[in-house]
Amino acid sequence: MDFNFTEEQSMVRDTVASFLQDKYDFETRRKIVGSDSGWRADYWQAFAEELGILGASFSEELGGLGGGAIDNMIIMEEFGKALVIEPYLGTVVIGGGLMKHSGHASAASVIEGIVAGTTTIAFAYAEPQGRYTWSDLKTTAKKDGSGWILNGHKAVVVGAPFASHLIVTARTGGGQREASGVSVFLVDKTLPGVVTRDYPTVDGGRASEVYFENVSIPADALIGNEGGGLPLVEKVIDEATAASLAEGVGVLRKLHEGTLDYAKQRKQFGRAIADFQVLQHRMVDMFIELEQSVSMTYMATIKLDESDAERAKAVSAAKVRIGRALKFVGQNAIQIHGGMGMTDELAIGHYFKRGTIIEGLFGSVDHHLRRYEGLSFGAAA
Amino acid sequence: MNLDFSPEDLAFRDEVRAFIAQNYPEGLRERQEEGEEMSKEDFLSWHRTLANKGWVAPAWPEKYGGPGWTSVQRYIWSEETARADCVPILPFGINMVGPVIYTFGTPEQKERFLPPTLSGEIWWSQGYSEPGAGSDLASLKTKAERFTGDDSKEYYLVNGQKTWTTLAQHGDWIFCLVRTDPAAKIQEGISFLLIDMKSPGVTVRPIITLGGEHEVNEVWLENVKVPVENRIFDENKGWTCAKFLLAHERSGIAGVARSKRGIERIRQIAQAELSDDGDALIKDPMFKRKIAELEIDLAALEYTELRTLAGEAAGKGPGPESSVLKIKGTEIQQRITELALEAAGHYGAPYFRGFPKDGDNAHPIGPDFAHRAAPTYFNVRKTSIYGGSNEIQRNIIAKMVLGL
Ligand SMILES: Cc1cc2nc3c(=O)[nH]c(=O)nc-3n(C[C@H](O)[C@H](O)[C@H](O)COP(=O)(O)OP(=O)(O)OC[C@H]3O[C@@H](n4cnc5c(N)ncnc54)[C@H](O)[C@@H]3O)c2cc1C
Ligand SMILES: Cc1cc2nc3c(=O)[nH]c(=O)nc-3n(C[C@H](O)[C@H](O)[C@H](O)COP(=O)(O)OP(=O)(O)OC[C@H]3O[C@@H](n4cnc5c(N)ncnc54)[C@H](O)[C@@H]3O)c2cc1C
Repeated sequence: MDFNFTEEQSMVRDTVASFLQDKYDFETRRKIVGSDSGWRADYWQAFAEELGILGASFSEELGGLGGGAIDNMIIMEEFGKALVIEPYLGTVVIGGGLMKHSGHASAASVIEGIVAGTTTIAFAYAEPQGRYTWSDLKTTAKKDGSGWILNGHKAVVVGAPFASHLIVTARTGGGQREASGVSVFLVDKTLPGVVTRDYPTVDGGRASEVYFENVSIPADALIGNEGGGLPLVEKVIDEATAASLAEGVGVLRKLHEGTLDYAKQRKQFGRAIADFQVLQHRMVDMFIELEQSVSMTYMATIKLDESDAERAKAVSAAKVRIGRALKFVGQNAIQIHGGMGMTDELAIGHYFKRGTIIEGLFGSVDHHLRRYEGLSFGAAA
Repeated sequence: MNLDFSPEDLAFRDEVRAFIAQNYPEGLRERQEEGEEMSKEDFLSWHRTLANKGWVAPAWPEKYGGPGWTSVQRYIWSEETARADCVPILPFGINMVGPVIYTFGTPEQKERFLPPTLSGEIWWSQGYSEPGAGSDLASLKTKAERFTGDDSKEYYLVNGQKTWTTLAQHGDWIFCLVRTDPAAKIQEGISFLLIDMKSPGVTVRPIITLGGEHEVNEVWLENVKVPVENRIFDENKGWTCAKFLLAHERSGIAGVARSKRGIERIRQIAQAELSDDGDALIKDPMFKRKIAELEIDLAALEYTELRTLAGEAAGKGPGPESSVLKIKGTEIQQRITELALEAAGHYGAPYFRGFPKDGDNAHPIGPDFAHRAAPTYFNVRKTSIYGGSNEIQRNIIAKMVLGL
C-alpha cells in the first residue's frame, strides 16, 4: 500500500503548476474566456511541446511518457486550481483513453496527433432526450458500402469549438435505450454535414450542439466493436469522471483557501470575521469535505484498472462524495464572502461556477448514488 | 500509488485470521456482535490471550513488549479483529497510560507498571474529567499537596472528584491529572499521578447512562495518600503528558473496521426484516439509500485514514488532522446505530434490563438484535462527546490546521 507520488509524477505536477502560475493567472483567464476563440491554441502547443504533458499518461509504445491515470489526476487537479479551459479532458483523457483501450489499428497514429497537440477531441455522447443514460441514442450510423452514414443531434458537446475531431456514440442496431447496438466513431469535424452551433457555458468554457446530417464516414472511423461499444464508453466515462473529480479537488482547494484568506482579512464588528466560531466551524467542515475529496479521488483513480464493477462502484462513490463537497464548499465560500462573493470581479465565484458544472458532469450525484446502489446491492436488493 | 498488500502482509493477515479463529471464543463473539454489555472477565480473557501471544499492544515499541508491527500490519490487525467481532482491548492501559509511562516514566516506573499493564493484571481507569472540568480540562481542581509521612517519605495528599470514569468499578489503578501548584497558570500547575484505587479515601459511585448501562462512575478522592514516586514526569509538567496522551487517544478513533462490520450487520438485518411493502427492508429505496450513503462516507473516511497512516509511516506523526478522523468516524458510528434502531421497528421499544433475569428464553421477544438497538443508539451518542467533543475537534482544526 502506497500513497506516494513517483519522482516523475511530482515533476509533472511542478511543471504544470509553474507554467500556470506564470501564464494562467485569473486576469489572463478572463481574457481567454472573453476572446473570440475562447481558448489559447498557443498554450495547447506549449502543453505539447514546452511542457510535454499531453503524452504524460500514455505508454512509451504509444509515444507517451509511460504514465497513466495518476498523471491525468495530477494534471487535472492543477488545471482545476487555475480554471484551465483548454480541452485536456476531451482530448487526452477521453479521446486518448478510447483509442488506447480500443486496440484500433490507427490508435497509435491518433495518439501521436494528440501528444503532438495537433489533434484535439470533443466527446459527443449526450443527447437531448438521454440525460445520463449513455445508451439512450437517437443518433444512428447506417452501413453505406464499406463506410457509414451518420445522422443525429448531440447535446452540449463540451470543447467542440476547439476540437479537430469528435468522438461520437451512435446506434448501429437495437432499440433506442438498449445496451447492445451502441458503436463509437472518431469523426473529423470538417466533414461535410457536420453542423455545429457554438456557445459559451456558464463556467467560462465553450460547447456546441452538434448535428450530423448524412455525414459519410469511412469504415475505419469505427472504434471498438460494432454494436458492442457500451462497455468501452462506460469505462472511458468512468476514467473521465475520475479525472474531472481531480479537477474538482483543485477547485475545492482554491475555494477553501480563498475563503480562509478572505475571512482572515475581512473585518466586521471590529474584528476579522474569521474570529467568529460559527464561521470557523463552517470552514473546518469545508476543510473536511476537501480532505475527503482528495481521498476519494485517490481511491477512484487507483481503482480504474480493477474489474468493471469495482471500477464503476469506486467512481460513483467518489462522485457522490465529491459532488456533495463541491456544492457544500462552493455555496459556503460564497456565503462567507458576503456581498463580495456575489460579484463577477472576484475569482471565488468563478471557482464556484466551475465546481457546479463539475458536480453535474457525467451524471448528477443522484445518478451516481443510484448507480452505486445497483452495483453494491446487486441481487440482494 | 497503489493499494496492494505485499505477500508478507497477506501472509500476516492469514496468520492473524487463523489465530483469531482458534483462540477467540464463539460465545464471546456472539455477545459482542449483539452489542451486549461485557463483564470484567469478558474483557480480560481476550486481553490475556493476546498478551500471551505478544499481540496486545500493537503500537508499543518492541523493547516494552510490542510486536514490532509495521503500520500496515497494525491496520490489518484492526481490520481482522473487527471482522471477527473481537472484544475491544480497552484503551486506558494500552493506548493511554502505557505510552505515557514508556515515554515519560523513570526506569523503575517502566519496570513496575508496564508488564502488569500488558498482562492485564492492572485494570487502568482514566481520571481526567471533573464536574467542573470537561472540555476545559485544564481548569481541573483536584488538588495534590506534598507532605512528608511518618515514615519520612514524601507523599501527596489528594482531594477532589473525578467523573465519567469509564469502568472504574473494575479499576485497580487510576491515572489522574491533579493540581500541584494552584498559583501557577492553569496548564502549568498540573501533575500526572498514578493512584492505587485500593488506597483509603478512594470511593467509586456508579453513574447510569441512557442505555441503562453502568459504564461510567464518579471517583471521589478524599485525603488519599499517594507516594511521590507514583508521579510520572516532573511536578507541574503533567499537561505535557496529557497532551501527548490525547494525541494517542485520537489515533485509531476513526473505527473504520468496526464501522464496516457494523454496516455489514445492518445489511444482514435488513435482509431479514420486512419493509412496509412486505419485501425485505433492504429493498426499500429509502433504507437502501441510507446504507449506500453510509458506505460511501465510510469509504471516504477509510481512504482519509489510509492517507494519514501513510503520512505517519513517512514520519509525519498523527497531526491535528486526526481530528477529522474523530469527527467523521463518530458520526458514522452514530448513524449505524440509528439504522439498527430504525430496522427494529416495533421491537425497538421493549427493554429487558433488570427484567426477570432468566425470563422466558424459549420464547424470545422480537428479533435478536432488536432489544439492544435502542440502548446502543442511546449509548453511542457518547462518541461525539468524549475523547474531545466534536466541537472541540473543530476548534483544534480551526486553530492548528487552518490558522484561525
Ligand atoms: C445582490 C445584493 C443586493 C444588495 N442590495 C443592497 C441594497 O440595495 N442596499 C444596501 O444597502 N445593501 C445592499 N446589499 C448589501 C447587503 O446588505 C450586504 O451584503 C450584507 O449586509 C452583508 O454584508 P457584507 O456583504 O459586507 O458581508 P460581511 O458582513 O462582510 O459578512 C461576510 C460573512 O461573514 C458573516 N458574518 C459577519 N458578521 C458575523 C458575525 N458577527 N457572526 C457570524 N458571522 C458573521 C456573514 O454572515 C457573511 O457570511 C446587497 C447585497 C447583495 C449581494
Ligand atoms: C460515556 C463517557 C465516558 C467517559 N469516560 C471518561 C473517562 O474514562 N475518563 C475521563 O476522564 N473522562 C471521561 N469522559 C468525559 C469526557 O471526556 C467529557 O464528557 C468531555 O470532555 C466533555 O466534557 P463535558 O461532558 O463536561 O461537556 P462540556 O465541556 O460541558 O461541553 C458541553 C457542550 O459544549 C460544547 N463546548 C464546550 N466547550 C466548547 C467550545 N470551546 N467551543 C464550542 N463548543 C464547546 C461541547 O462540545 C458540548 O457539546 C467520558 C464521557 C462519557 C460521556
